[in-house]
Amino acid sequence: MPKIKSLEELMKIKEDAIKDLKLRQSGKRGKVIVAMGTCGIAAGAKETLKAIVDAINEFGVDDIAVVQSGCMGLCDVEPTVEVSLMDEEPVIYGNVTPEQARRIVEKHLKNGEIVADLVVKRGEV
Amino acid sequence: MAAVATNTILICAGGACISAGEESVKDAFKDELKKFALDTVVSVVETGCMGACNLGPLAVVYPEGVFYQKLTPDAARKIVREHILKGRVVEEYLYKGPEGEIKPQAQEELPFFTKQVKIATRNLGVIDPTDIDEYIGRDGYFALVKAVKEMTPEQVIEEIKASGLRGRGGAGFPTGLKWELGRKSKGDTKYIVCNADEGDPGAFMDRAILEGDPHTVIEGMVIGAYAIGASQGYIYVRAEYPLAIERLNIAIEKAREYGFLGKNILGSDFCFDIELRIGAGAFVCGEETALMASIEGERGQPRVKPPYPVQSGLWGKPTVINNVETFANIPPIILKGAKWFASIGTETSKGTKVFALAGKIRNTGLVEVPMGITLRELIFEIGGGIPGNKKFKAVQTGGPSGGCIPAEYLDTPVDYESLKELGTIMGSGGMVVMDEDDCMVDVAKFFLEFTVDESCGKCTPCREGTRVMLDILEKITNGEGTKEDLEKLKQLGEFISNSSLCGLGQTAPNPVLSTMRYFWDEYLAHVEEKRCPAKKCKALIRFVIDHDKCVGCTACAKVCPVNAITGEVRKPHTINDDECIRCGSCIEVCRFNAISKVSP
Amino acid sequence: MAGIDVVADKGKLSKLDEYIDTLKNKDGILINVLHKAQEIFGYLPDEVIDHIADRLNLPPSKIFGVVTFYNFFSRKPKGKYQVKICLGTACYVKGAGKILERFLEELGVQPEEVTQDGLFSVHPVRCLGACSMAPVVLVGERDFYGRLTPNDVPTIIKKYREG
Repeated sequence: MPKIKSLEELMKIKEDAIKDLKLRQSGKRGKVIVAMGTCGIAAGAKETLKAIVDAINEFGVDDIAVVQSGCMGLCDVEPTVEVSLMDEEPVIYGNVTPEQARRIVEKHLKNGEIVADLVVKRGEV
Repeated sequence: MAAVATNTILICAGGACISAGEESVKDAFKDELKKFALDTVVSVVETGCMGACNLGPLAVVYPEGVFYQKLTPDAARKIVREHILKGRVVEEYLYKGPEGEIKPQAQEELPFFTKQVKIATRNLGVIDPTDIDEYIGRDGYFALVKAVKEMTPEQVIEEIKASGLRGRGGAGFPTGLKWELGRKSKGDTKYIVCNADEGDPGAFMDRAILEGDPHTVIEGMVIGAYAIGASQGYIYVRAEYPLAIERLNIAIEKAREYGFLGKNILGSDFCFDIELRIGAGAFVCGEETALMASIEGERGQPRVKPPYPVQSGLWGKPTVINNVETFANIPPIILKGAKWFASIGTETSKGTKVFALAGKIRNTGLVEVPMGITLRELIFEIGGGIPGNKKFKAVQTGGPSGGCIPAEYLDTPVDYESLKELGTIMGSGGMVVMDEDDCMVDVAKFFLEFTVDESCGKCTPCREGTRVMLDILEKITNGEGTKEDLEKLKQLGEFISNSSLCGLGQTAPNPVLSTMRYFWDEYLAHVEEKRCPAKKCKALIRFVIDHDKCVGCTACAKVCPVNAITGEVRKPHTINDDECIRCGSCIEVCRFNAISKVSP
Repeated sequence: MAGIDVVADKGKLSKLDEYIDTLKNKDGILINVLHKAQEIFGYLPDEVIDHIADRLNLPPSKIFGVVTFYNFFSRKPKGKYQVKICLGTACYVKGAGKILERFLEELGVQPEEVTQDGLFSVHPVRCLGACSMAPVVLVGERDFYGRLTPNDVPTIIKKYREG
């Protein structure tokens, strides 16, 4: 990585990053973001993350990236998971236990149905 | 408030929407916003295709995330007047789902989102903190480029001064002024330090920022270093935050790789680097002179000020110390301008503040709100009030340096001055809510235990004085206190405040003095009637079984750790008061509400 | 005080020396070195303190002064799994005292004491910064447990006992 020296170079990275954030060129259909701050982890986010990865393998959903983020501030409903699919408004789920994580993978990622009873918020944080 | 809270309108600029007239809608939004002088606060952003192409032109209004469809220029003007200005959703253009049903707005019942204005926490939960590109994708390091390429250090300082930003670590010293003093201080080497020793129990916003968006802190520091002329920076982070340390290390490494840290930053002759220093579990190290001693590898004991760190800090060199949240505010201010920032908040407290809501409150968590919001909005609207039908009793702000605010002051706006008048401080932003079950004398005792433990021992008023205060509080909660003790407590508190060396000692009596101020009756009940109204102090309560309600299920007798409960099966039980240790296990298992606590 | 076996721990000492060498040109590194030493040895035995004094050219008394000032440093061995019970304000009002009591009772130790099998030690600590999850317990460096009740305690202990 050559060092950045100008606004133009920074702009270039930003544009690529936005494309990536929007999943245009990543070859993926979308991503699942697990909030992995200390509070998320205290509420069991590690187990949730593992359950998501397992379920994705189990259901053969291979076009979704699983990534982590920091705390969204929604500590009360941790663990939280955001499902962000291309051309769809992101959905944030709360109180995602490993069992619920499996449901989200099956229903939302595989079948395209939102798991309404777990929705905390739609749209960006 | 609505004007501040709504800061982005996203307009779909996909092919279908453009052909449906997106551009004229966008212009209408912009014109109308300008008309109401909202164009600096609300940004209009064009996005890629949102997917519902047959319903275009489409727009989403954030932060609520309300989705509008089939827009016309008139519709856009109406949305600005109704939604942006007055906070009312314009029903007629609401996006309807495929079956014609109105799309559920999951967040409509949640002021938790709508009342927030995210500046310092703008990226939390949005980006991957380990990926610098995602930070750049959200305008990261653009402020640094602007500062280094287009501004002189003096201009950067002017901008921060004009923004009105004040230190978010507690005391609220104007950041721009501190930087100016740092710049003017003579010295060939200068340091900039980030105080990430977030020790106040109840505060965790700095942890969340470091874990969720470490680059914003680094960017803020580099801009600060450029402004004051520092060549080396330190982030002093507590050892209790391993995840924050890990992510900071990754972020520093990446920032070096990209040339935001190191020699000749962005091709200029400005050189600066950051080193992480890990605390070792001493609360007093949050005090700036103690923090510097700790960075130098010494016992973290404070020293007398002046000289202030900007004159003589680390290794005797001029040093500027700011807190995590303060640094996180710097990049948006440089990028969007002082005027934008100063338009949020109150006369003397500009911008937003991140609060950590904890304790007896429904929506525990982290919220960022404009300064000047009332405690009531914060606790009851955003926080969702008190769980379990309990009554609000007090909110504790400012940690062990702060105080408790009772219900009658819930309409106080949250800013540095108002809270000070109430005998507490803004502090770092921890808010612990207490309900009717919490005894204020007990809470005061809890904080004194904390300060006695954490006093560094250097000066006598703090070391000995807090110990004596704690002894008196213990006496009171044990039912042995007298009215003279209350007087003594007050006098001692004032004496310690006036004569301690550092902030820890000077503020240590605050939890006691503020609870005495607002909950005097509760103190009196403890000493005069030997009664604890909240039924918390073990020495002043008894557990009794109501024989009318008890069915003799034996659940309580089984769980009692000291076998203090006797009785035959299916007959009312009795608690032997001499043996009872007041652990409360019996109340937890009783399904008939037959056991209660009584205080004479 | 349990000492260290100088021969057996030679590898550990040289690991510490390597670390010290990487910091050569930096100021005020004592606390960094103590962190590393505690990471390597699990605690700070007198022999290690003397060794650091030698290497950094500081009087041992100064190092003792620093070690005893900070809560994080320990001159006594700790359990393999250190159970840190948060006693911050939010945890306190949410009943952290009972969680602490239950841990001490289940493990049969006093605070800071190590269980006979060497597996656990219990440490009451000041705010861990996860107040929204109160009451909170941290086992080791990374395993946070939140929203606990005393009845969760045996399950947590079991998890580590069975490794």
